[in-house]
Amino acid sequence: MTTTQIETKPKRKVRNFALLSNKAGAAFLTPAGLLVSVFVIVPFFWVIFVSFTNRTLLGKTALNPEFVGLANYFTLFDPSNFLQRGQFGFSLILTTQFVLASALFGQALLGLLLAWLIQTVPPWVKRITETFVIAAWILPEVVIGFAWFAFLDRDQGTLNAMLTSVGLPKGDFLLEQPFWVIVVFNTWRGAAFSMMLFGSAFSSIPPSYFQAADVAGASSWQKFRDIGLPLIRGHIVTDLILITMWTFNTFTPFLLTNGGPSYRTELVSIYNYRVAFNDFQFGKGAAVGVIMMLINLAFALVYLSLGRKKKG
Amino acid sequence: MSNRLRSLAFSLIGATVLVGPAVAVDLDITCRCVVGGVNSGTAEWIQNDVIPAFEAANPDIKVNLNQFGGEDAQLTQQLALDFSTGAGPDVTAFDGFLIPSFVEGGLLKPLNEVAGAEVDGWSGWAALSDGSRALMQYQGQYYGIPLGTDVRMIHTRKDILAEAGIDADTWQPTSWEDVLDAARAIKKVRPDSFPIQLNAGVAMGEATTMQGYWLALLGTGEAVMDDNGKYIVASQGILDTLNLYKTIYVDEQLGDQRAQLLADGRNRSFANFRDGVTSLLFEGDYFYRSVTAEGSEFAVADRDTVMGWAKVPAKVPGAGIRGQDFVTISGGTGFVLNPATDAPKEAWALLSFMNEPDMQNAFQAIQPRITARTDIEIPNNPFLTEASQTLLPLTTARPNDENYNTVSAEIQRMTEAVVSGELSPEEAMAQYKASVIGIVGEENTVSLL
Amino acid sequence: MKLTLSAFLGRIAFSALAALIGAAFALPLLWFLFAPFNARAELGLAVPDPWTLANFVTVFGNNFAVRALWNSLIQSVGGVILVGAAATLAAYALSRSALPGKRAVTYILLLFSSVVSGSAAMVPIFLIVSAAGLMDTHLAVILTFAGGLLPTAMFILRDFIDSIPKSYEESAMVAGASPVQAFFDVALPVIRPGIVVVVVWSFVNIWGSFLIPFILLRSDTNMPASVAIYSFYSEAGTPIVTLLAAYSLIYSLPVIALYLFVSWKFGFRFFGGIKA
Repeated sequence: MTTTQIETKPKRKVRNFALLSNKAGAAFLTPAGLLVSVFVIVPFFWVIFVSFTNRTLLGKTALNPEFVGLANYFTLFDPSNFLQRGQFGFSLILTTQFVLASALFGQALLGLLLAWLIQTVPPWVKRITETFVIAAWILPEVVIGFAWFAFLDRDQGTLNAMLTSVGLPKGDFLLEQPFWVIVVFNTWRGAAFSMMLFGSAFSSIPPSYFQAADVAGASSWQKFRDIGLPLIRGHIVTDLILITMWTFNTFTPFLLTNGGPSYRTELVSIYNYRVAFNDFQFGKGAAVGVIMMLINLAFALVYLSLGRKKKG
Repeated sequence: MSNRLRSLAFSLIGATVLVGPAVAVDLDITCRCVVGGVNSGTAEWIQNDVIPAFEAANPDIKVNLNQFGGEDAQLTQQLALDFSTGAGPDVTAFDGFLIPSFVEGGLLKPLNEVAGAEVDGWSGWAALSDGSRALMQYQGQYYGIPLGTDVRMIHTRKDILAEAGIDADTWQPTSWEDVLDAARAIKKVRPDSFPIQLNAGVAMGEATTMQGYWLALLGTGEAVMDDNGKYIVASQGILDTLNLYKTIYVDEQLGDQRAQLLADGRNRSFANFRDGVTSLLFEGDYFYRSVTAEGSEFAVADRDTVMGWAKVPAKVPGAGIRGQDFVTISGGTGFVLNPATDAPKEAWALLSFMNEPDMQNAFQAIQPRITARTDIEIPNNPFLTEASQTLLPLTTARPNDENYNTVSAEIQRMTEAVVSGELSPEEAMAQYKASVIGIVGEENTVSLL
Repeated sequence: MKLTLSAFLGRIAFSALAALIGAAFALPLLWFLFAPFNARAELGLAVPDPWTLANFVTVFGNNFAVRALWNSLIQSVGGVILVGAAATLAAYALSRSALPGKRAVTYILLLFSSVVSGSAAMVPIFLIVSAAGLMDTHLAVILTFAGGLLPTAMFILRDFIDSIPKSYEESAMVAGASPVQAFFDVALPVIRPGIVVVVVWSFVNIWGSFLIPFILLRSDTNMPASVAIYSFYSEAGTPIVTLLAAYSLIYSLPVIALYLFVSWKFGFRFFGGIKA
């Protein structure tokens, strides 16, 4: 074989030639395949199976769980108490509100605003702002949880100290406004992702577009509305789906509120944890897990179909 | 921060990593006790009496005490997960009411199955009183050795009662209204105070059921279960009890609502009593002998002159359980063996050693309590002697039922719903009824309305 | 003139707004700049007087706390090695081999990885680890995280490898290298930046997470820092604020260091979200 031979061959053929044989490819895929199978795919089916049993950790059904069909699902969707606090329906609706307020509204809008702002501000302002926004996102969740616990403390917390210093009354936020606490908390925690996604989207817009607008005397708002926003529409959809899924599954608010007081911040993830690991009802907890996964599935299918359309 | 999380609050505080000569066997013993903290007496006893004496007698065995500083429910969670996965301490403190659900779940085994025939030959069994023997028994088998029992009462701040013009030395309410009136009188002279503490809410766990709900419910002549072993899910007694909660925490703010709802509420309630914010606190004798004892975080200054106690009255005289004027309830704790222990013989040796008269007397010297053994004398302790003599004849025990633990959690939720003002007593009871039926099946419940 | 003035004012307003938002994000974290160095720190914000390292001395004197950091390191590094290695191999296979069903595999993996979250699958994960006898081991945590993080890691890397021209390996193979040699000697060095991204991303994920180790570990000798931090409570169960703050800071340092590293090396543009 000589180099000329290769060079003269049509390029197309080379492209189709697989660099890795099927055997080697399969071998390369095996470790990941095994791990993902055991810890992602098997749990998916196992959780469905467990959800049809009344398995517990304590009591008779720990050792001899019975097949109970859809009984766990009927309990979760029992209309007589579906919407009561501490029940599944309450938790599901709470989570929906939480996702709407903290992800779709809070994170996405704040992220968009930040991404737009830091395009135009001096580099040092940009760097400092970015650093804190990203710090909120990457620091370990237990640390963040405690930071907020201290921040919101009724008697000594920084927030109340600030309020009283400007003559406002103290708030007992964790007890009286727990839902809004976790909404603000999650907005704060996750805005970085949207900021960065939109930021990289904005920076991929050719500067000439904006220069042209400047020449035409467009205001910043007009540039945002008429140039920036339309050009990153695809990114916005991506962002909304991803942060919806993450927010829907997040467990972090537990580290701040414990799901309380009185279940008022019990998101489905926290509800699932309580049912499974506090009340030790594995069967019922598994049913909650299945419903969560079905909801995830719906979002994932939308997301993947969008991705396909783009590629196709 | 999240209290529940500290189910992992293991040992640490004060737990020392033992670096010593290699020994044949290591034993771990866990208690919800911390030197200088919760149940300090128990921790001191194990650390300063039991372990040195046991190690002296058994040079091959090294014992390590895990001091657990979290809430009861966190220890329960930890032990359940430990035992289900073959982990956990060899010997652990254990609340008797959990035994049925753990046993049915396969998480505890009879002592003689874990440690062999030596168990049956132990001389201490004969010394246990009949009542206390049942504390760690289920279906005729011993799962642990009981340490003792307790009784519940109203602990009072005499200094504050006096401020409200009440003679604390003779104050003995004979109805719920008497208690409320005293609280109202105190609230009048101390408007910012929360005179009553009657435990409610999920965060306090079993302390809500035992010291709060049940203690009140007995005053209506009812219990959680009827005589046939069916759970009562709707009754006037439940409504009366919930309305009492509503009066205290919602309508008249005679109690500290926040302390019932926050994760660290029980500690807050203790601090309230220490600081004089609360002056009528429903608790077991544990509150006197341990929580407020000298050196504890919640020690009450000048305790012997400042603190008193009164019997818990029925709703109205004669309306209590079995027609009593006054009511109380008892629980019992002890120590059990981990069925997965690597060293069952040694673990049993430690468990039985702790319960020999020598060790029990040493415990009494640190912290007098109502013991399980009849051959141990309570040292001269007026509070305990008087309380046990007065209250033990009136007492009630929890059912030995595998579902009790789960139902108890529903009770805690029911009280929380009322205390937070979220549900009316009627709605909360309806919710309770639905939940309990879901747990034990309708055939095991009864409605008295 | 007028225009530039308003533009100028606009820029000032923008800067002020950005700075204000930045400050709002900083506020809850400010406490961590002071409390660790204050021997009498409470939940309130207070400038230490005097500044002291006493809290850190206490933390480092606590065997359990130090061991927990070590455990975090074991679990994170273990997980990262597994994720990095398995994801690189798999991503390379997905990109460069002609395996039948490759697309379907990719699609299914992506689907499952989005559907099965830790908070939805905690029950089966607990039961599987328990059934496998791995409860209370570092391995359980490492494997669980590896499984959970792998799909995303694979896609990040596959996109990365797809963007590298095949000619690199082709010329190596022309020179007589086997495909596997071409992978190790030629492709791997080129992919390295992508692997670094995946490694950092997995490390931050494992290092900071709470729920999985909380469920899968039992004994305090295995607990990572995220769980152990809840041990800094007093005898009566109230937080020992000084130690918590100092420990939180120590525990956060690796994450901060990695952030600085990544932003210095790549400029903190992002890596994962690229799926767009």
